[in-house]
Amino acid sequence: MNGAVSPAAIGRRLVRLQRVYRALETLKSAPKIPTAIVGLSIFLAIFADLIVPHSPVDINPREGELPPAFVSDGNWNYVLGTDRKGRDILSRILTGTRISLAVAGAAIVLAGVLGTTLGLIAGYKGGWVDALIMRVVDGMLAFPSILLALVLAITVGPGFWVVVIVLVLIVWARYARLVRGETLVLRDRDFVLLARVSGASGPYIVIRHILPMVMNSVVVLSTLQVGWAILVEASLGFLGVGIPPPTPTWGSMVAEGRDFVESAWWISVFPGIAIILVVLAFNLFGDWLRDVLDPKLRQL
Amino acid sequence: MLNLMGLRLIQAVITMLAASFVVFALAHTSGNPADLMLPQDTTPADREVFIKRMGFDQPMHSQYWTFLKNALRGDFGTSIRTREPSTKLVMDRLGNSLKLGTVAIVIALAISVPIGILAAIGRGNWLDKSAMSFALFGQAVPAFWAGIIAVLVFSVWLGWLPTSGAASWKHYILPSATLGWGITAGIVRLLRSSMLDVLDSEYIKLARAKGLREYIVVWKHALRNALIPVITFVGFMYGIIIAGAIVVEVVFAWPGLGRLTYEAVLWRDFPVLQLSIMVWVALIIFINFLVDISYGIIDPRVRIAR
Repeated sequence: MNGAVSPAAIGRRLVRLQRVYRALETLKSAPKIPTAIVGLSIFLAIFADLIVPHSPVDINPREGELPPAFVSDGNWNYVLGTDRKGRDILSRILTGTRISLAVAGAAIVLAGVLGTTLGLIAGYKGGWVDALIMRVVDGMLAFPSILLALVLAITVGPGFWVVVIVLVLIVWARYARLVRGETLVLRDRDFVLLARVSGASGPYIVIRHILPMVMNSVVVLSTLQVGWAILVEASLGFLGVGIPPPTPTWGSMVAEGRDFVESAWWISVFPGIAIILVVLAFNLFGDWLRDVLDPKLRQL
Repeated sequence: MLNLMGLRLIQAVITMLAASFVVFALAHTSGNPADLMLPQDTTPADREVFIKRMGFDQPMHSQYWTFLKNALRGDFGTSIRTREPSTKLVMDRLGNSLKLGTVAIVIALAISVPIGILAAIGRGNWLDKSAMSFALFGQAVPAFWAGIIAVLVFSVWLGWLPTSGAASWKHYILPSATLGWGITAGIVRLLRSSMLDVLDSEYIKLARAKGLREYIVVWKHALRNALIPVITFVGFMYGIIIAGAIVVEVVFAWPGLGRLTYEAVLWRDFPVLQLSIMVWVALIIFINFLVDISYGIIDPRVRIAR
């Protein structure tokens, strides 16, 4: 291994490098502002703790309901003002990015793995397995997640994983339906038939030959689901059945300011703007990615 | 048709049973449901009396059986908060929610269908571009935030419309606009792309080639086919509509089923929550049924297939 590298290995590395380079080249055509916001929100989700000017959770009653800096008698110490308990709105929004993206990310990864696996099985096996899985998929797609979230919130108690599970339960069905549809078509293509003739096992064909062909669609669907997942998480937070306080979430921040919009509009307004910007950015980025990778998914 | 209705009815009963069982089972997974219903500082003696009275000391299956028997008589227990029968509370509120929902959907359809069509016909013009921007925004703005902003602008600052309640037609404007906004955005986007696909097809070219007037081509030949994915979408959207209804009713203090459901969660009023969810599920089944029927009306192929 050490020292002598075979020419074939060098070739493989070059191909890999070229792929990375091409991916970066493609990114140049991405819409600039949405891509920047997507990048920034991921950065904030990781490093929020290091950047926040104030503690997002410490209560500071004497500094309550301070207006944002650009309003008369505002204060540059609290750029976006403070809430009822004197907590810095900006710091809470920055920290809230982490919750929103963590919930969306966890839910989409889990749902993506579950849905893709079941979609592959349904599409490749066909028959009663397919019928059974697709019945369940139809049922889940029609299921109003919010009701489940409400019941779980008072029976199990609210929390991070409850929110994630609620999201996974609905989202996996979308993956399953998409992947199954594509697998049905791929199953009869020549390269799959050849693999079968040469004696490859079912699981090997699915993982080695079909999965790589559906990955583009899975990635596109995932990007397009992020915005939706953030909105659902925010709605649950608003209704008080999301992640419990004192953790700052965008939805619960809007709810906290709801009764005081007349005197302190900034408490509710700024977290809402954060939601809109991030959701819009992910949706636009997802639209672009779809057009680049997989234009046939236009209906998603 | 009768066969179909019969089949649907059986499916509906099974779905309702499944829903009731899921809610029932969830209430029991976290220990004795008495702990869900009683305040934290209840004495053990009071807890025992409560468990006896509610029958929570019985085995699970006999509790579920009692629940079903009572449900068939329309008895879904007593609200823990108000001590009124749950059935009465829910039925009092249901009408208000149905009225709000109907107004919102009618407005959403009246706006989104013409805009979706015009955007597809004039692909790339200013109307198309503004419709697409509107649709993008509509899907990114959370209903609860839009509602609060609407109250702030139209009620607090301008003083044009009431902030909450359901007394007159003026009270309908803000809640139904907030509820309908997201639906409108979704339909515009979908109808536009579905119209574009249809307008590109062979039979539309034929219709034009044989000299049909353009508005007949668009509104009769194209729209009927383009509506099919939209109806599927509306059918799948009730999850969002229900979530929207709960959120909007909370924001505008609307005396409907959504706010009752929310309050039931807030007060841990389990009997009311249980019945509210059953009613939501029944509503979903009904919407599903309407969707199925409208497929048949719009697409004759579906009628023949059955």
